[in-house]
Amino acid sequence: MKAKDTLLYLDGVSVSFDGFRAINNLSLVLQSGEMRAIIGPNGAGKTTMMDIITGKTKPDTGDVYFNGTVDLTGHDEAEIAMLGIGRKFQKPTVFESHTVEDNLMLALAGPRSAFSALFHRQSQAEADHILEILYTIRLFEKRHWLAANLSHGQKQWLEIGMLLAQDPKLLLVDEPVAGMTDAETAETAKLLRDIARTRSVIVVEHDMHFVRELDVKVTCLHEGSVLAEGSLDHVSNDQRVIEVYLGR
Amino acid sequence: MITQWLFTHVDRRGAFAIALLVAIAFFVPVLNLLVPETSALHVPTYLVSLLGKYLTYALLAVALDLVWGFCGILSLGHGAFFALGGYAMGMYLMRQIGPRGVYANPVLPDFMVFLNWKELPWFWYGFDNFWFAALMVVLVPGILAFGFGWLAFRSRVTGVYLSIITQALTYALLLAFFRNDMGFGGNNGLTDFKDILGFNVQAGTTRSALFAATALFLALAVFLASFIIRSKLGKVLVGVRDAESRMRFLGYRVERYKLFVWTISAMLAGIAGALYVPQVGIINPSEFEPANSIEAVIWVAVGGRGTIIGPILGAVLVNFGKTYFTAAFPEIWLFALGALFILVTLFLPKGILGLYGSWQARRATRAALKDDDAQPPLVKQSSRLVPAPEPQAAE
Repeated sequence: MKAKDTLLYLDGVSVSFDGFRAINNLSLVLQSGEMRAIIGPNGAGKTTMMDIITGKTKPDTGDVYFNGTVDLTGHDEAEIAMLGIGRKFQKPTVFESHTVEDNLMLALAGPRSAFSALFHRQSQAEADHILEILYTIRLFEKRHWLAANLSHGQKQWLEIGMLLAQDPKLLLVDEPVAGMTDAETAETAKLLRDIARTRSVIVVEHDMHFVRELDVKVTCLHEGSVLAEGSLDHVSNDQRVIEVYLGR
Repeated sequence: MITQWLFTHVDRRGAFAIALLVAIAFFVPVLNLLVPETSALHVPTYLVSLLGKYLTYALLAVALDLVWGFCGILSLGHGAFFALGGYAMGMYLMRQIGPRGVYANPVLPDFMVFLNWKELPWFWYGFDNFWFAALMVVLVPGILAFGFGWLAFRSRVTGVYLSIITQALTYALLLAFFRNDMGFGGNNGLTDFKDILGFNVQAGTTRSALFAATALFLALAVFLASFIIRSKLGKVLVGVRDAESRMRFLGYRVERYKLFVWTISAMLAGIAGALYVPQVGIINPSEFEPANSIEAVIWVAVGGRGTIIGPILGAVLVNFGKTYFTAAFPEIWLFALGALFILVTLFLPKGILGLYGSWQARRATRAALKDDDAQPPLVKQSSRLVPAPEPQAAE
């Protein structure tokens, strides 16, 4: 397959840390507008894969292309973020000493230079956009709260909201429902499906119930490479997947 | 109109501090110069200089707080920038001595004549001009900080490693300035100053003017720091302090933001040093002592880091304590300082001002919680078909 016409294209990617092959000849293709769920046991390389896509880790070998032509291995985190790749961490990572509103303000797409930030004045359009996101992530009432005072689930949502504000083409979402209540999990699945209508999303998740709710193509990673790929039913019936991951 | 403009960039506390500083810049000299010495309200000249010295320390503390309190960069070498600013001012003051030195050389400072130097080293050129020296007061610390920060932040040196290399920086400068061939007076440093801008540095009026200048510069620094912190840039800095990688993944070039505030901070420290030197009458390599930089960290911690006013309070209070203790019980001062730092770290992690701030925040949160129709959290049933996931770092 060619990198052209794809949103994200990983081919033959390998990376080792101190002799441990975290990613081993991994190939993965994501089409524009697609949502993909990534599953796999601990240590399968899910988070390392995200590190490679977002520029935190450089692969030893292999190609990583975004939008068909942009070689991501030649860019750092900030540049890749500006290209349009947003990332949600496994542990909710928000700016705890800022208000919910300011968290979104900082994430909002726009110039990122220090000088423009020093003299930045919030425009009406920006304020409206923040308001819109506050409604989407259901934190409007808490917009003046310090993020530190939010519940775990609310922090997860705030972080998703920050990704929306960033307006990326591709969202990488690492375990969005970890530590959420069932009600919150269902809401999050709905939220992600809404988001996937306008952009591409990769979700890493352990919660099979949640993956089923997403109802998208699934890739199972194992020991740094793809073990199986297809619909959830196809993947969860794969003998090797059952052996290494699902168990029983 | 001016007050309105001020208020958009400074919070109430900052505006109060600025007003207070402008007031004392006016009243302390008045009480020194115009009130007769017999009056109870008279402020003696030695006290004017002492207060002036405290305020230069306060300015250093504000500079340090800007990087440590708001951006999480713990510098254990800010005394280096302070001392460099001081040396730049000291060089100007040395050149003003002219032929009145012990050796009466119209160009060479005494220590150079003593070392048998025949001509002025190139890096002393221009320092006979006040404005050139004033420029160097900010440029020398600024350029050093820029170069140092550019290398350190680009290589993503953070946390304790950065603190250690800032310490190494000031220690290296200490050793360098001790050397006679450096051309900065070696061990003795620069002293015996006579004039500043044509006025006798010993005169009461000059001392009052220096005090007023210090208070006004401190007010300016409070304004500048508030302006930075309340801008979007300031919010980015606090974000870097709290979650640096989140900032990177949002597309911010964290190292450039750090470099900006680090350089500004070094320049402010340089100004503090330049105001310090004419008021104490000497600058020597001991100002580069790592212990000085650590003391500055203590002022900020005691006053409350991450607040602009706290460090001023901390610097003035700790130094007042130092003046008192070193006179009354000279042998226990260092123990008192150590105990203070331990007590503040244990019981007042946010300093004096932070205590007040957290009390206010608690009240605000309680009020907010009352308004919020709190829902009982739903218990999550296990819907996992999978082996136990990575342990979640639940807050």
